[in-house]
Amino acid sequence: MMPELGKYAAEVMSAYAASLFLLIAMVLLSVRSARKARAELAAAEARKNG
Amino acid sequence: MGSIWEYANPVKFSRTATLLLPWVSILAAISLVTGLVWGFFFTPEDFRQGSTVKIIYLHVPSALMAINVWFMMLVTSLIWLIRRHHVSVLAAKAAAPVGVIMTLIALATGAIWGQPMWGTWWVWDPRLTAFLILFLFYLGYIALWEAIDNPDTAADLTSVLCIVGSVFALLSRYAVNFWNQGLHQGASVMRAGAVTGADTQEKVSNIFFYPLLLCIIGFVLLFVALVFLRTRTEIHKRRTKALLARERLG
Amino acid sequence: MIALLVRDLKLSFRAGGGFGLGLAFFLIVTVLVPFGVGPQSELLSRIAPGILWLGALLACLLSLDRILALDWEDGSLDLLATSPLPLEGAVSVKALAHWVTTGLPLTLASPLFALLLSLPPAGYPWLVISLLLGTPALSVIGTFGAALTVGVKRGGLLMSLLVLPLYVPTLIFGAELARRGAEGQATLTPLLMLAGISFGVIALLPFASALVLRVNLR
Repeated sequence: MMPELGKYAAEVMSAYAASLFLLIAMVLLSVRSARKARAELAAAEARKNG
Repeated sequence: MGSIWEYANPVKFSRTATLLLPWVSILAAISLVTGLVWGFFFTPEDFRQGSTVKIIYLHVPSALMAINVWFMMLVTSLIWLIRRHHVSVLAAKAAAPVGVIMTLIALATGAIWGQPMWGTWWVWDPRLTAFLILFLFYLGYIALWEAIDNPDTAADLTSVLCIVGSVFALLSRYAVNFWNQGLHQGASVMRAGAVTGADTQEKVSNIFFYPLLLCIIGFVLLFVALVFLRTRTEIHKRRTKALLARERLG
Repeated sequence: MIALLVRDLKLSFRAGGGFGLGLAFFLIVTVLVPFGVGPQSELLSRIAPGILWLGALLACLLSLDRILALDWEDGSLDLLATSPLPLEGAVSVKALAHWVTTGLPLTLASPLFALLLSLPPAGYPWLVISLLLGTPALSVIGTFGAALTVGVKRGGLLMSLLVLPLYVPTLIFGAELARRGAEGQATLTPLLMLAGISFGVIALLPFASALVLRVNLR
């Protein structure tokens, strides 16, 4: 299934790897900090109300 | 649907963002995966550039986003300074790190592409240099946010910096253009003749264009999803901070 | 306004005011460059305009935190903000004082330093003209950076990060003007661009500086 990348295989693969790594890292970090902020807010709201 | 300013209310924004977020994320994932898979597996090689032409599916969308994210920050900063809507400036704050990543991807893929095509990782070409300068502006903007404790002061200062920075970034773009003529080809995707094929020299042919368009849409949607998510995070953080402050008082 | 200018000038000429430090720094940079790149005079004369511009720019940058930080600490900035003098005027005067104590001496001393780097004779007038036109812009942009970071403790590094990208256009056109002058090429375009940037920055940026200063004084 892998397409024939010829002599530039290393370049193409590393470009994709680097970009996907950055994109995925960005998404994961954003999701993690979103979860954390949400949990902290929920805790604070619970203390206020309860 | 009322006016757009209704979404300046943080609660309303949060609710709408939460509602839209899964849909935007799914659409972003679909178009990005389809575009990249299509581009990577099912497009032919360029007769001159070989398989390196496949890098275009990452390089062009990230470069477009790198500029447009800054533009979005400029607009939201202006809205904050004029209408004092907190959501607006928080969106700018949330967008900045995404812009940094986009600039990094554009620079990295460009370097990897330039190595076999131009025989060098880096040249002081005006386009490349301008992106490097843009990268510095992003860093300065984020550093200023980090350095100031009072949220409203930080919002005001970063907004002014964003506006002044935009003017200087534009000036720098023309300055580096004047300073060095480059190796980089012109923007071949967004030019009118590029798709219709009016100019044959540097046009991007249709085989490459459709997956590329899909990738661009995917990057835009991914950015929208990230901004929704990150702005909501910022709103939550603000609210937590306010609640904690009240707890300490009461 | 003139009283403020005189006061700022006096403060900087007094012992510990930092006047002369900029010049000394400029001298050291000029002396260190040949150690870094080697003593061949043809190489030095080629890169002399750029080195001199960079040295002047860094010397300006080093003295920026003196523009506002001291007045911020002892509270005289609050007095300035409540005085009848508009804050825009006050920051312009402060930028002017900074230029008189750093930019102007650097410009006047630059031919001497150019001698050390064997700048071609044709380059001297252009070097002085480019610095004379460009250093006011450096001072005004620097005042904006100082106003942004005045409330940040130990904000010197942050200020450099904010100010240096803003210096890019001035540096490019200034160094290009000096280089073209030295190599005997047409100098009109960079001259006009540099003058345009300088005058535009002097006319508009004090408004932004005063705005951020007001935010910081809130």
